[in-house]
Amino acid sequence: MAITTMTKPASLPLDLAKRYGIWILAAAVMIVLPKIFTSGAALTTMCLMGIMIVFSLSYNMLLGQTGMLSFGHAVYYGLGGFLAVHAMNTIAADRLPIPLPLLPLAGGAMGLLFGIIFGAVSTRRAGTVFAMISLGLGELIASLSLILRGFFGGEEGITANRTKMLTLFGVRFGPQIEVYYLIAAWCFVCIIAMFAFTRTPLGRMCNAVRENPERAEFVGYSTQMVRFIAFCIAGFFAGIAGGLAAINFELMNAVNISGAQSGVVLLMAYIGGVGHFFGPIMGAVLVTLLQVMLSDITGAWMLYFGLIFIMMVMFAPGGMAGLIMLHLPLWQRGTLLRVLPHYAVMAVPCAMGLAGLVLLIEAAHHQLVKAASDGPAMKLAGFAFASNAAPPWIVAAALLGAGLWLGRRWAPRLTAAFAEAAR
Amino acid sequence: MTALALDDLHKSFGATPIIRGVSLEVAKGERHAIIGPNGAGKSTLFHLISGRFPLSSGRISLNGEDITGLKPYEINRRGLSRSFQVTNIFPRLAVFENLRCAVLWQMGYRYSFWHNIRKATDANDRAEAVLQQIGLAERAMMPAGLLTYAEQRALEIGITIAGGAEVVMLDEPTAGMSRSETAHFVALIRKVTEGRTLIMVEHDMGVVFDLADRISVLVYGQIIACDTPVKIRSNKAVQEAYLGQALETEH
Ligand SMILES: Nc1ncnc2c1ncn2[C@@H]1O[C@H](COP(=O)(O)OP(=O)(O)O)[C@@H](O)[C@H]1O
Ligand SMILES: [Mg+2]
Repeated sequence: MAITTMTKPASLPLDLAKRYGIWILAAAVMIVLPKIFTSGAALTTMCLMGIMIVFSLSYNMLLGQTGMLSFGHAVYYGLGGFLAVHAMNTIAADRLPIPLPLLPLAGGAMGLLFGIIFGAVSTRRAGTVFAMISLGLGELIASLSLILRGFFGGEEGITANRTKMLTLFGVRFGPQIEVYYLIAAWCFVCIIAMFAFTRTPLGRMCNAVRENPERAEFVGYSTQMVRFIAFCIAGFFAGIAGGLAAINFELMNAVNISGAQSGVVLLMAYIGGVGHFFGPIMGAVLVTLLQVMLSDITGAWMLYFGLIFIMMVMFAPGGMAGLIMLHLPLWQRGTLLRVLPHYAVMAVPCAMGLAGLVLLIEAAHHQLVKAASDGPAMKLAGFAFASNAAPPWIVAAALLGAGLWLGRRWAPRLTAAFAEAAR
Repeated sequence: MTALALDDLHKSFGATPIIRGVSLEVAKGERHAIIGPNGAGKSTLFHLISGRFPLSSGRISLNGEDITGLKPYEINRRGLSRSFQVTNIFPRLAVFENLRCAVLWQMGYRYSFWHNIRKATDANDRAEAVLQQIGLAERAMMPAGLLTYAEQRALEIGITIAGGAEVVMLDEPTAGMSRSETAHFVALIRKVTEGRTLIMVEHDMGVVFDLADRISVLVYGQIIACDTPVKIRSNKAVQEAYLGQALETEH
């Protein structure tokens, strides 16, 4: 078995490309993206994605790697962000020679500090107790954020001006594109650092503690200490994400440190897939994209989020990464093409069901929220109809019902085809 | 030199006494077997020694050092490693990873997040060597939970011995194995515990009489006899309490 003894590389460039290819590709994508999506809205969204990638990866150090379910991870993100905002103001006021690009480190230090303080309390226990303590601490800090107005700024939050800081090589970080590259650079470094963490002795023991904490204690490891260190490091990276958010928005308020924010990061990690390193990256990208797009299109966007989450938990607990990894063996065996036609057929009932569901939700949303003020007339996908008339509801129910029925009928064939291809 | 000394150990679960005054000294390099009927408290005794359960009273010392009341990981770091009667591995980690996790602390990597594990050559080599020893080289990359029962038992022992502990405790290592697997395992145990202290619970009398230097007979929470295999075989009290039935069921 050649596990430790790697086969000698054929040539150095090839070896480098194989080892670092994925990172070079990631860097290239990050550099090129704003050249492709040039609109202001796209740029804002991509900045948010970068921040959320760091945040959700830090969360997955707890959930996916160490098996700790936290309901209060926004505490470290938020505290990091608030400290960064204050730091920005102080640095600008006192004309300190600290350039803006270093600011996320201040956020990270804050996240680390509170990771140490709260981690010492909460990581004594694992499982449900840990989850409950994290929830309690999260609520505590969230409510404090409305009381301690000096630090948190109450409802309005604290603002700052990033351009008031020392310029570095003439870059003022006024335009969003400059902020994008700052975020992208930090995001890149943080992804590599967090990935490297998974390849260290402690990173591996985190997995061991997740798998079987008892046995970990019998091979010399204090599970409490493993959880504690992982928690501190996760707090550090969450703080960096918060610092990036502070730079990006030039504003931090109670929402950033709330339980809702903790919920969003859980959602991202879970939808992306906690079982693989790249899962939370995909989750952060998708959820951010949906957040931005759906909230533009529909007032019921939170509902859609809830539905996506429930569907994921029920049908794909491995998240998007899990789905991809499920198909990887088929791809390697070259049998993936054989299942694709079945997926194509399945897409029909899925589309029908989805259309029915959307119609149902939108009609209900219109009828319940908007009809009283705007009247029953509404439009959806180019069709005009009245939300209080029977036809749209009948169509919706029919689409949904037919989609479900057809889907269930086709499902066994799909499963059989998949099993056949995977054999 | 005494490797492990137990001094009047007691353990009760609620009001029920399970271990009722066990004293025992095991010398360095000795192979010591603990036998006794089901429910006698053999596994409980292992749990007490390895720190899984707290004692009700008594004192345990390892290499002359008091380890009473220490946590399992503290006891492990002092050189005592144990296996479990019910397989206790890292099911979703690869077999190789299971073994590597078992050597990291003893190799001095502790809580390091500044070493690249691929470059931790000593840990990798040690894990690889144990992998070969327990005959699972072909399964190195498979999740441990997918191994067959016998393979999981092998891994259980591999994890226990991988760290290179001075004192190795095995709780029914060959339980549920076929004759040939058992023979293979006894040879393996003999080999890997060469020069170390071994304490094992075992039901297979063939294995016990073959492997052990001394045997303790635990019945209802007390050691009723502790002697060489030959003398244990001819001990009246032992035959009445346990060995009679055990030898009969063997045939
Ligand atoms: N955690 C526990 N709580 C209560 N009783 C226990 C516990 N563990 C073991 N026992 C009891 O202690 C007795 C001895 O068990 P055990 O040590 O497993 O026996 P052996 O390994 O010799 O077969 C049994 O009667 C068992 O029911
Ligand atoms: Mg037992």
